[in-house]
Amino acid sequence: MQVIGLTTRFTTEEGMVSAVNDISYDLEEGETIGVVGESGCGKTVHALSILRLVAPPAGRITAGEVIFQGVDLLTLPAEEMRRVRGRQIAMIFQDPMTSLNPVLTIGDQIVEAVAMHLQLGKAAARRRAAELLDLVGISEAATRLDAYPHEFSGGMRQRVMIAMGLSCEPRLLIADEPTTALDVTIQAQILDLVKRLREQIHTSMIWITHDLGVVAGLAQRVIVMYAGFIVEEARVDDLYADPRHPYTLGLLRSLPRVDRLHPGRRLTPIMGSPPDLLNLPPGCPFAPRCEHVVAQCMRENPALRRVSRAHRVACWVDVAARPSGEGAS
Amino acid sequence: MRMGPGNGHEPLVRIENLKMHFPIRAGVFRHVVGHVRAVDGVSLEVMRGETLGLVGESGCGKTTLGRALLFLYRPTAGRVIFEGEDLSQMKPAELRRIRRRMQVVFQDPFSALNPRMTVGSILAEPLRIHHLSPPEGETAFVARLLERVGLRASFATRYPHEFSGGQRQRIGIARALSLTPSFIVADEPITSLDVSIQAQVVNLLQDLQREDGLTYLFITHDLSMVRHLCDRVAVMYLGTLVETAAVEMLFTQPLHPYTQALLSAIPVPDPKVEARRQRIILSGDVPSPAHPPAGCRFSTRCPIAEERCRVERPELKEVTRGHTVACFLANPQSSTALHA
Repeated sequence: MQVIGLTTRFTTEEGMVSAVNDISYDLEEGETIGVVGESGCGKTVHALSILRLVAPPAGRITAGEVIFQGVDLLTLPAEEMRRVRGRQIAMIFQDPMTSLNPVLTIGDQIVEAVAMHLQLGKAAARRRAAELLDLVGISEAATRLDAYPHEFSGGMRQRVMIAMGLSCEPRLLIADEPTTALDVTIQAQILDLVKRLREQIHTSMIWITHDLGVVAGLAQRVIVMYAGFIVEEARVDDLYADPRHPYTLGLLRSLPRVDRLHPGRRLTPIMGSPPDLLNLPPGCPFAPRCEHVVAQCMRENPALRRVSRAHRVACWVDVAARPSGEGAS
Repeated sequence: MRMGPGNGHEPLVRIENLKMHFPIRAGVFRHVVGHVRAVDGVSLEVMRGETLGLVGESGCGKTTLGRALLFLYRPTAGRVIFEGEDLSQMKPAELRRIRRRMQVVFQDPFSALNPRMTVGSILAEPLRIHHLSPPEGETAFVARLLERVGLRASFATRYPHEFSGGQRQRIGIARALSLTPSFIVADEPITSLDVSIQAQVVNLLQDLQREDGLTYLFITHDLSMVRHLCDRVAVMYLGTLVETAAVEMLFTQPLHPYTQALLSAIPVPDPKVEARRQRIILSGDVPSPAHPPAGCRFSTRCPIAEERCRVERPELKEVTRGHTVACFLANPQSSTALHA
């Protein structure tokens, strides 16, 4: 998949929200990309835009292309787009409670998805649904099909969502903070499951999260978003070992590490708070919080530039060459 | 400031066999059909000047414990001794008086502040309730509080909705400080904040502790932050404590199988570390606190549970100085250390 210049705006009473600003990236076959950033950075809206799930009239994709298997999804007729969703690109949302219909059984909901996309008969669809529950580690799958969502725990509901997402063996799975609402031991179960299934059905993934730890163990490549822009993109090892954007650097420094001693150390927070998307500054959106800021940053927003073959960063300053603040922690 | 556990410091808070059971009612006559044993026999000391981390997953009872020890709920059983006084023997008026010294910071800075009050009146309200008047006058008092938590004095005339989550949490902290408490229960104070803002608030909490000699009970599920911030840790599972230890002891030599699984489940923001880590994946979910398992409460998910664990309940026992664990099979020689 290729995302080219994707731009999404929301019209609100207070004005125009620049949610996603001219973002471009490629996703290889079988690859997992992590999209990280804080709330309001546009990571979720970017995913909804790929699937054309941004609700008009408030939300509009104003520019860009999303080339998926040679076709631009943004210009596809609505009917064909419906066949892409679920069948070829599936999405898992953060909150499994609101994504499942509380008055239908788990089985009904999976069967509905499977029957529609795979054109299976009722009995075959039900058999497939039981297989899927079994695949995601829900025991006694055949009888559990008759349970309602409220009878399942949060972790089990998220397994059901994953089962539904994978039901048609999509080429691409977009997961939006699917483990954020779960406890860490349950998160570990789900991540373990996802890694195994990814091998089995060889699907590409876009994993959206604010948790730099989850991405470190799951993704091959990472995209860092800030105020609707991609500010850095790199292979996972490079991003953590050699972060080049002051925002990425700041995020990593502000995190305590569970695997390290902290004898009397202070965390290094990023000062200030993210900009108002109604009113983005003319220059780099991170400039007001940046410790490396120079005059140019206030005037002009830097485009992504390549610092090595697979590493792109949007910054006027070469952070690697200016180690100010390094070791201050 | 870091202090070791049990190094001669007196306890500020002593919790003895605290229980908090909530009745489950059903039917037309709302008969009590059972109890949710949210906190089921917890004994714990919080030393003066320390930060004690209370960790566990959702539904383990950590928030209920935090509230019951402040007597925001009337505990079902047990005692809480605060600054030498037994809260369970106190009349409501006496409780109100002693609560000046023990305050709470809540998780959600959006619902914890009254949207119809200005920040100034939110911060002055505790004084009015306790019929206190600051010597410097209310305006100057509020201004000083705001500056202490890193906000501008001019914010006093604004309303909560005008602030970001991080700023609101600072206001919540300022309110807790208004009565100059000695003890603050901070219940997931950073969970709802963005990563870059969390560090700001944690640094503020540390500064305030150093300046005022505050004692914190820091309730959280974020073990990385616990390792950074806390002196000692108590791990809770299904209404009971399973392990308590000094922070470095807990992270390098966790003894309870639940603590070990919990620590191994936390993702580390470093792909090289992640690639070589061994995870203990627990099976199943946490049982309902209305029907806790007989014997050890963790036995239904425990990878090493034996027959005895399903029948008999292990008590919290001290295995080395300051390190207690509730497990028949915990072995200090075979602890799985997390890379230090």
